Amino acid sequence: MSAAAPGLAIDVHDLRKSFGARRVIDGLSLQVARGEICGFLGGNGSGKTTTIRLLCGLLRADGGGGTCLGLDLLREAPRIRLLVGYMTQRFSFYTDLTVAENLEFVARLYGLSGVRRAIEEVLARIGLAGRRDQLAGELSGGWKQRMALAACLLHRPALLLLDEPTAGVDAKARREFWDMIHEMAAEGMTVLVSTHYMDEAERCHRVVYLAGGRLVVQGTADEVVRAARLVTFEANGTGIEQAAARLRHLPGVETAAVFGRALRVAGMERAALAAAIERLGDSGLTWQEVEPRLDDVFIHMLQGQEETS
Amino acid sequence: MSGFSLRRLLAMLHKEWRQMRRDPGTIGLTVMLPLIQLFLFGFAINANPRHLPTALVSADHSIYERDLVGALQNTGYFTLHRYPSAAAADEALARGDVLFVLEIPPGFARAVTRGDKPEVLMEADASDPVAVGSATAALLALNATALARDLPPDLRAPVPAPPFGIVLHQLYNPEQITALNIVPGLIAVILTISTLVMTSLAITRERETGTMENLLAMPVRPVEVMLGKIIPYVGLGYVQIGLILLVSVTVFGIPVRGSVVLLLGALGLFIACNLAMGFAFSTMARTQMQAQQLAQFAFLPSMMLSGFLFPFEGMPAWARAIGAWLPITHALRICRGILLKGNGWAEIWPDLWPMALFALIVGTIAVRLYRETLD
Ligand SMILES: Nc1ncnc2c1ncn2[C@@H]1O[C@H](COP(=O)(O)OP(=O)(O)O)[C@@H](O)[C@H]1O
Ligand SMILES: [Mg+2]
Repeated sequence: MSAAAPGLAIDVHDLRKSFGARRVIDGLSLQVARGEICGFLGGNGSGKTTTIRLLCGLLRADGGGGTCLGLDLLREAPRIRLLVGYMTQRFSFYTDLTVAENLEFVARLYGLSGVRRAIEEVLARIGLAGRRDQLAGELSGGWKQRMALAACLLHRPALLLLDEPTAGVDAKARREFWDMIHEMAAEGMTVLVSTHYMDEAERCHRVVYLAGGRLVVQGTADEVVRAARLVTFEANGTGIEQAAARLRHLPGVETAAVFGRALRVAGMERAALAAAIERLGDSGLTWQEVEPRLDDVFIHMLQGQEETS
Repeated sequence: MSGFSLRRLLAMLHKEWRQMRRDPGTIGLTVMLPLIQLFLFGFAINANPRHLPTALVSADHSIYERDLVGALQNTGYFTLHRYPSAAAADEALARGDVLFVLEIPPGFARAVTRGDKPEVLMEADASDPVAVGSATAALLALNATALARDLPPDLRAPVPAPPFGIVLHQLYNPEQITALNIVPGLIAVILTISTLVMTSLAITRERETGTMENLLAMPVRPVEVMLGKIIPYVGLGYVQIGLILLVSVTVFGIPVRGSVVLLLGALGLFIACNLAMGFAFSTMARTQMQAQQLAQFAFLPSMMLSGFLFPFEGMPAWARAIGAWLPITHALRICRGILLKGNGWAEIWPDLWPMALFALIVGTIAVRLYRETLD
């Protein structure tokens, strides 16, 4: 493995990419340390998939550049491909081949020695051994994701690019999937994983948030929450649904949402938020200020994006 | 990982083979399509139809009437049915029950013996020229001799003595059996379907189902993907050629007068033309539907303007100009030429080089259009 830059697995600057007249990636810079699990967040169409495709050479950047695993993004794309495992957002294996046949095809394209052993190993590791002879098209969502992951891992890549790997998968399968990601990171693999799930974002070492093809914030979950400077209040009691509906339209309130038995409202200014709650009058609710959570912050950022676009 | 790798090509081929084997459509297309087409076109199309239903309205039951009817039937083109009146016969003609109405006037025999040279009316449904063309030609040669045997000697027409004679040798297909012309042409038509249509679909399918994205992200080179997609269809094409030749010879009695090796070689070039075109289509189409439409767009003129169904020389100049660019036009001539006429290298060369040129031009375009990235 070439290891010129020991620190960074991904180090790209000022990436730009347009489709026709539309600029989709607009000066994106991104650094991911080796061995890190980096969560890639952002609304639909914010450019996550495009960025990942630029990183593995499936798209050519219009401008900017950098290195991936110490290899130049533009000049050494073929070599990068050998070291990267890319799991596409959409399941893209042959539905008319079995799990083992799909893996065999991938292994042979990478020119692995000991194809059979490599397949058995990865099947055992991902817990797919029992389904090796099932047609890929007949697998359920969760098993499809596992198979795609297995295919990415066959050639023992140094960097995994996972594009919404757990979309549409049940909670248990998601948890197990993430356990595997952590195992692999512990072995030194770098993982860039895009997701819309906040619980998954919280399991990343670091998250980056993308909007309009630009990086908006990055850091650990705590850092991102703090940087947003959001103020959050929580209320308990009866009638929180009605209160939420009224609060949403009041100035100073950015979000008001019911979670179980609690109502959470968030805004940028404490005074304005307090005034809004004040205007509700005596509703029989008990209010208290709480720590903002990552999902409050992201909904806040998604809203900001809608207003500016 | 630079350049071409045989190992990766073999991996591609192995995968394609597995998919083809598992797809019932492939088997159907390889075996059933040629058989169905052969039997449809081989048995159903007849440009020289015989035994056409003919209404006979006769008010004169004489020996001459019997001579005339017998002569008509002997041509093989007419099957006569008696109708009671001219009105009933005309109705049958309008309905399409019969294609001809023959009216023998009352007193026909008497008029003949008197030397009045009476006229017999033959009405033909000429709405389809092909249906009645050969039959009417046969009819016009009939009147000089039909009654000769029973006429009194003085009424027999003097033996015509034209200033020169014509000796007609109908070469290659003397009995004018349509199948002998159509079936060799079918080789080219079926190959067009299985190679042009199928390759363009196969490659577009990878793009549409998203598997292309996976392929591009892996270390496989475009040329390996291309060959991996194309080679199975070359094989499939040759299996079909073998099948068609077998059925042609055993069922339709198609002669093989020229060299089979030469035929297989020339058809290889034709397959290359189709694959290049199919590949070019697949790079332009985003969905299988679009690829299908593009292929359809090429297929229709191939059927109509190539000389497969209608004589090439009978088309107007503009249509022949288009036809001359189509590889199938040349493949057709080569198939018919080698099988029916026993043509060799020298005779098929004028049809070989246009195909080579086509494959070169379209192949270059296809490679240019192929995108190694997703944009
Ligand atoms: N091949 C393409 N051609 C044109 N537009 C594209 C293409 N790929 C993506 N886009 C556009 O770029 C934007 C970003 O897309 P994408 O990177 O898929 O976002 P995300 O993965 O964050 O949802 C979207 O608006 C999408 O419509
Ligand atoms: Mg996406």
